[in-house]
Amino acid sequence: MSAIEGLDTAVHHPEQAHHHEPQSFWQKYVFSEDHKVIAKQYLITGIMWAVIGITMSVIFRIQLGMPDSNLSWLKPVLGAWISESGKLDPNFYLALVTMHGTIMVFFVLTAGLSGTFSNFLIPLQIGARDMASGFMNMLSYWFFFLASVIMFASLFLQTGPAAGGWVIYPPLSALPQAHQGSGMGMTLWLASMAFFIVSQLLGGINYITTVINLRTRGMSFDRLPLTIWAFLITAVLGLISFPVLLSSVLLLIFDRHFGTSFYLSEIYINGEALPNVGGSPILFQHLFWFLGHPEVYIVLLPGLGITSEVIATNARKPIFGYRAMIASMLGIAFLAFIVWAHHMFVTGMNPFLGSVFMFLTLIIAVPSAVKGFNYITTLWKGNIVFTPAMLFAIGMVSLFVSGGLTGIILGNSALDIQLHDTYFVVAHFHLVMGAASAFGLFAGVYHWFPKMFGKMMNNTLGQIHFWFSFIGIYLVFIPMHYVGIAGFPRRYYQFTSYDFTHKFMDMNMFITVAAILSFLAQFIFLYNFFVNIFKGKTAPKNPWRSNTLEWTTPIVPGHGNWEGEIPAVYRWSYDYSKPGAKEDFIPQNIPYSQTLESNFPHENELIATEKEIEAQNFNDQFNTAH
Amino acid sequence: MYFIIGLVALVFVVLTVIVVTRLQDVLKNVKKPESADEAPSGNGWNGAMFIVIIIAAVVGITWSYMHAREHFLPIASSVHGRRTDDLFWFSMGILTIPFAFVNFLIFFFAWKYQYKKGNKASFYPDNHKLELIWTIIPAIVMAMLVFTGWKAWSDITSDAPADSEVIEITGKQFNWIVRYGGVSDNKLGNYNYKLIDAQNEVGIDLSDENSFDDFLNPTEMHIPVGRPVLLKIRARDVLHSVFIPHMRVKMDAVPGMPTKFWFVPDKTTADMRAETGNPNFKYEIACTEVCGQGHFSMKINLVVEDEASYKKWCAEQSTFLQTYPEYLAKVPDNLKAKAMKGLPADTATPADTAKTASTGGGIGTTAALR
Repeated sequence: MSAIEGLDTAVHHPEQAHHHEPQSFWQKYVFSEDHKVIAKQYLITGIMWAVIGITMSVIFRIQLGMPDSNLSWLKPVLGAWISESGKLDPNFYLALVTMHGTIMVFFVLTAGLSGTFSNFLIPLQIGARDMASGFMNMLSYWFFFLASVIMFASLFLQTGPAAGGWVIYPPLSALPQAHQGSGMGMTLWLASMAFFIVSQLLGGINYITTVINLRTRGMSFDRLPLTIWAFLITAVLGLISFPVLLSSVLLLIFDRHFGTSFYLSEIYINGEALPNVGGSPILFQHLFWFLGHPEVYIVLLPGLGITSEVIATNARKPIFGYRAMIASMLGIAFLAFIVWAHHMFVTGMNPFLGSVFMFLTLIIAVPSAVKGFNYITTLWKGNIVFTPAMLFAIGMVSLFVSGGLTGIILGNSALDIQLHDTYFVVAHFHLVMGAASAFGLFAGVYHWFPKMFGKMMNNTLGQIHFWFSFIGIYLVFIPMHYVGIAGFPRRYYQFTSYDFTHKFMDMNMFITVAAILSFLAQFIFLYNFFVNIFKGKTAPKNPWRSNTLEWTTPIVPGHGNWEGEIPAVYRWSYDYSKPGAKEDFIPQNIPYSQTLESNFPHENELIATEKEIEAQNFNDQFNTAH
Repeated sequence: MYFIIGLVALVFVVLTVIVVTRLQDVLKNVKKPESADEAPSGNGWNGAMFIVIIIAAVVGITWSYMHAREHFLPIASSVHGRRTDDLFWFSMGILTIPFAFVNFLIFFFAWKYQYKKGNKASFYPDNHKLELIWTIIPAIVMAMLVFTGWKAWSDITSDAPADSEVIEITGKQFNWIVRYGGVSDNKLGNYNYKLIDAQNEVGIDLSDENSFDDFLNPTEMHIPVGRPVLLKIRARDVLHSVFIPHMRVKMDAVPGMPTKFWFVPDKTTADMRAETGNPNFKYEIACTEVCGQGHFSMKINLVVEDEASYKKWCAEQSTFLQTYPEYLAKVPDNLKAKAMKGLPADTATPADTAKTASTGGGIGTTAALR
């Protein structure tokens, strides 16, 4: 491979040849240790899960919006879950809701988003050959794959998959006699999540290590693109919180199978008083939400990072307040750990704790507001190119703000009394965490597709996809706020049992129709994505005229990413439209000594440090100095 | 209903038409090589769409809110409920400002600063004063909202007043059971989950004399108007959550950990019937914590009435012991005499009535059979 020729400047390493032996199909595409392949594996798996997860939501939306409709046409797929009269089974309704939540939160927006883009972008944007440990990275994907297989298998159980809500609160989830979804389905759910957590930890350790240790020459922390900051902070969040979920899952497994009483106490069910005493279901909720809340930011921060990069590139402007953006992400990450109990205001938790968590929760609005305003100021006086990625990034900011604002209502414990577990909450988190993160994911896919596959996606189809999705999302979730204000509880199979829910039939049908249409719009994306992997126009080297390092690699980067030396970095990644510069972008690897016409005075002083940067040991994994 | 669907369909049809026309333009241009200076494909119509969205959103949100408003819950029937409602709408009002303002800026800037040939974006990387302003303003607004919310929360969750009517509500798959302290002592007796069986559904402990006059009701909860009501909330099997939408009351029912919630209902069912103009209006209690298959229909009706009717209703209820006299056997010997009060003089021995109780049910039947 030609990569070797470029490497001869540095110490020749005996293992070097080993890296460039031709790899078998299995090594190259299946059990690959290359971060780019692993990223694509995560992305494709995530897309498949997204199709399943969103399809589920459409099925239960039909149940809610058109309760009288005959669902017999689903019989070929759902079999016995559709009754003879064409009605959806109430147990299966709960299973659908549960699996939709689990799949979307963990398998799509955690693995699919963070797994894809942390893997793909960290080495490429910090200037590394690969992850710190390619092997662990491969393990991370295959543990995720194993988790996926188990979760997928649980869909086919006769008793159905787990069905106690994605939060799997015991005792419902602990007692198979309480609900059929708490039998084998829950066992598989717990097993799958245990493997999923292992996968996340292997991935997270790798991301953190790579960002800290393998940055190229000159890539100081204050020159890292915001994407990398976001991935780093996300990985730290995951590393701290996922083990807590694992422990809560393990304790639940003990309660289910080994007769312990961590979460069980004083239960009489099916004509039998259980012997368990002294446990607390609230304990599980504390442990669960200690992950569950940071999880919101694990899902959201990569989206915000991607958005920062995409908005700056396509507005042709530096991101406004780079340091404030980092500070606000750090602030959000820190606060994410001390707000978990705002999910538990009405669980019977001590009301004093409720007050404390209300204060802490509402503080988180401040760094979030800073981010929102910084994005807007970045758009201000830009020269905006509406690539599909840019549209999704703009949409993401809008959804993040719109959904985040209702969080201020829900974080207020007094108001949460009425709104807790109503559709108001559903509308809130779908906007701020579901749709906003999904839009971050789309922005990322559209933006880095050329780098991933060396091909271009169709621009117009991408723009069409955006408008249908964006309008569709708002048409689904704005009316859902009204339904929530009217007090409709979540996870109800139908709304016919109560007088107070005997209204809004048209509104629920409207939501369903909007959901179906936005669902159909996603097929535009699927077509655009899969067809253009094979048939797309060959991408130029730097299609978006972007500053970050990944665009200095060959169009389809091989193993090791750069042919020859890894470029050194001399500036931050946001030198767009710099006054005096010839082009409206100056990539990070251009030294100040070559851009005398556009340098600021303090940057001219930095020219002296360039020699120093170049002389550094450049962390090249293929060329480690001993 | 079909009108609405038609409307959504229309929106999407219009979008499709726009899109198809744009698509044709683009297909025409496909052959042309793109130079760096040329406006990026589709930039114009995408920019215009942002303005369309602003207008559509203003119209759509205003109209849908007006339409939805008539279906919101009526004015709260409890004192704290009106307070949290006011707070809710006040907060929503405040938050509408940033919602409209920020979204407007996002869309407007996107349109206004779209790519123009020869334009150069301004290099504007930071401004500490601006950052400070939009850190401090949200912080002040938050502080204000937090403070009002915190005051309300502390009052709502403070200890119940001493004169509260104490009522126990127990959730089980899939219904609620209400227990009252009884007419003679109006105190709830102890309970123990191990004592639960088919008749003693909430595990009343009959070795506690307070439980002798307790009575249960699995279909209706009655509460007096204008006086604090303290709900003692329990769950028998899995988590449930007591939700009284019209009272703005919600509290989880947790097995092994009793919870509570107190409130002052100040509108009777009859008041609400007059107010809403609906002669069939009923207060309802729902479950809002997923509890299994029947979660969506775990309902019990709530009747709010004046003190006299409430007292009368309570007096008409037969106590647990009256309904199931065989449970006298569980009463310790030294308290038997007290427990017998209110029961027919020749109450059968427990062994004898076991059969009749299971078939007949009420004390009336048992007595008649004697």
